Amino acid sequence: MQHKQTEQRFANDLNIVSLISVGKHPQSGRERRAEQDGRAVELGMSLNAENLTVLHAGDPQQNALRSYAGMGLNSIRVLEMDPAADAIAPLSSYLKQHSPDIVLAGVRAESGESSGMVPYQLAEQLGWPLVSRIADIISVEGGVAEILQALPRGQRRALKVRLPFVASVDNAAQEARQSAFGPASRAALDLQSTQSTTDVIRDEWSEAPARKRPKRLKKVKATTAAERFKAATAKAQSDGGKVMKNEPAAEQAQAIFDLLLEEGVLR
Amino acid sequence: MSDIIRRDPRTEWIARNRLHPLHGTVSVSDEVEVRGPSGLLRKNPHKVGFIGPNGIKRIDRLKGNAAASGKGRKGGAAAEVQLPLHQVENPDFYIVVVPDMVGGRLTGHDKDMIGQAHKLINGLQSSSDEKGAVLAVCFGESKEEGFDTAGVDRLLLLNGDEYQGYCPEQQLAALVQVENTYQPKHWLFPDSVNGGADLGSRLAARINERPAVQAWLVDNSTTLSRGAGGTTDITRGTPRLLMLAEECAEPIDETRHEALDIELEHIPTVIAQLQDQGQVAVDPNAIPLGEAEFILSAGNGIHNWDQFHATATALGATEGASRVAVDDGFMPRFRQVGATGTWVTARVYLAVGISGAIQHMQGIGQCDKIIAINTDAGCDMVKGAALSTIGDSEEILAELNKLAENFRQQQADGSDQDAA
Ligand SMILES: Cc1cc2nc3c(=O)[nH]c(=O)nc-3n(C[C@H](O)[C@H](O)[C@H](O)COP(=O)(O)OP(=O)(O)OC[C@H]3O[C@@H](n4cnc5c(N)ncnc54)[C@H](O)[C@@H]3O)c2cc1C
Repeated sequence: MQHKQTEQRFANDLNIVSLISVGKHPQSGRERRAEQDGRAVELGMSLNAENLTVLHAGDPQQNALRSYAGMGLNSIRVLEMDPAADAIAPLSSYLKQHSPDIVLAGVRAESGESSGMVPYQLAEQLGWPLVSRIADIISVEGGVAEILQALPRGQRRALKVRLPFVASVDNAAQEARQSAFGPASRAALDLQSTQSTTDVIRDEWSEAPARKRPKRLKKVKATTAAERFKAATAKAQSDGGKVMKNEPAAEQAQAIFDLLLEEGVLR
Repeated sequence: MSDIIRRDPRTEWIARNRLHPLHGTVSVSDEVEVRGPSGLLRKNPHKVGFIGPNGIKRIDRLKGNAAASGKGRKGGAAAEVQLPLHQVENPDFYIVVVPDMVGGRLTGHDKDMIGQAHKLINGLQSSSDEKGAVLAVCFGESKEEGFDTAGVDRLLLLNGDEYQGYCPEQQLAALVQVENTYQPKHWLFPDSVNGGADLGSRLAARINERPAVQAWLVDNSTTLSRGAGGTTDITRGTPRLLMLAEECAEPIDETRHEALDIELEHIPTVIAQLQDQGQVAVDPNAIPLGEAEFILSAGNGIHNWDQFHATATALGATEGASRVAVDDGFMPRFRQVGATGTWVTARVYLAVGISGAIQHMQGIGQCDKIIAINTDAGCDMVKGAALSTIGDSEEILAELNKLAENFRQQQADGSDQDAA
């Protein structure tokens, strides 16, 4: 499938950094391009492909980094460090030094602790606003960005925020384009060495493959056999819903409409 | 007076004579067992048993249990028991929970979290004699009436103007103030997309705590949480700030709590950097059916399909269908709701001309409010619905369409005036 080259949507000199991490396939556990980070790169490329820095803190030998490069990147910047070490300090010092306009990251990583704290901690250390779970950046004008935030149930909220800011990119954002092998192997890895501190707290933790969580059972608090029998056999009773039988259609429709208004589903 | 019961021939005579003006006062008692005039215990056969649903008298051999079930709904409502009140006079420590309050009410996830908070308090109380309380911090308008039965000891309700709309920065400022005032032992947030995870992460970054996210088995010393996108379990010491997975603990159901309102002073008003521009209208039919909030669903009782689609558009509802409507080719397959279609989670499900076959009802089990439009008052959909209207779908939809279009017209006028 040929991917349509997305055009750069606004000609400007926005300086964007997309943070990437090594993903993990949920079934096979193989390393891959992380779903949300891929979307962050995609969003960055559609905003300003020229001035996009794709940044990774960790091991430059990782093959998964190449699959980001295969999206058509010229280079990936890697802050070399032990992947198990704390990435916040090197990332924030890099960002302080280069002061980009927009920093994009995924909501939660697919490997490691995956607590989703990276964008929050970076925003806190830089003193920038944080926009969570964005679906798209609609425009950037006069130093103010207009953002679509993804809400549950497929809803969207419009937000305005002044540059610079940190944003986490939701699964609702544009899907990452395919990764091509040629550009992936041609892209340059631009290494920078950093000092990182080992994550001492995490060394005390133990990790194991996820256990299956027990399903919650419906507990029956019955004191007599008759009650238990009833609980086991009773059909779910209607909770006495209102039935309108002989009213004219207009009145019935009005009742439905009022309920819809009350529930707040009519916008 | 002596204890010897003596015969009273006059009363006996009145009791025998049904036509005596005083007859009612002597013999007719509501009790089944009556001390007769002779002092012997008499059974009143007219009072034994109860009238069954079909009007026939039944003798209760289950000592009262059957009578309660025979009364059905009414019995259930009357039998609501007053749960014992759990009081904490002067709490020595607090565990703060920040519920999502979707639509102004506690969600199931919120209640699980409050249950978890009490579990932690019990653990802490068993090792010392300090008393703890659950403090719930709620933002925005609240429609919840069951804070007491959900297990909230103290309630901080922040619904001023500055908390309207999307205002995570202001909420964060309030939480930081709570942190400074109460120094809670733990902070609990629901790890949900409804705002709990966002607010929890913001607070964790601000007060420099390392949270456990997707925590699902928590006690006072260790926490088990999901890592690596849910594929690993991390065992660690229980941190101060936790974001809890769904069904992390059983909700409170055996006690009632005080839910005392408390006030918090000196919350700074922050200048928001994120400006809420309001929700954006999205095409309801672009929302996946399983996620949609409001579904208008069509069954075999729809004869005018153009009208159905027009109503869905006017109401802004996502369209759904029963299997019959799909099999007959009126709706695409991916709109099918039910066992072999999509399991929906809508808050409001409006079923038009759907009989409510079990395969369909399975798919809508998680919906909050079901509204039925049907010609048949006895069908299963009507039995399960919160509101049912019995009548022809075409007529009712026509009226509903009119109402919806009026509503949209008013909205448009309103926004025109705003613009002018
Ligand atoms: C293995 C299996 C899997 C299935 N899976 C599904 C599934 O996933 N989803 C699903 O929906 N079904 C499923 N079914 C089919 C299911 O059993 C029912 O046949 C189907 O749900 C009935 O659809 P209905 O209610 O639209 O039609 P009907 O049962 O024909 O009901 C039509 C209703 O419309 C009312 N009506 C008629 N005219 C009007 C009018 N003018 N105005 C108002 N009301 C009117 C009638 O009173 C009636 O209640 C499955 C069946 C099987 C065997």
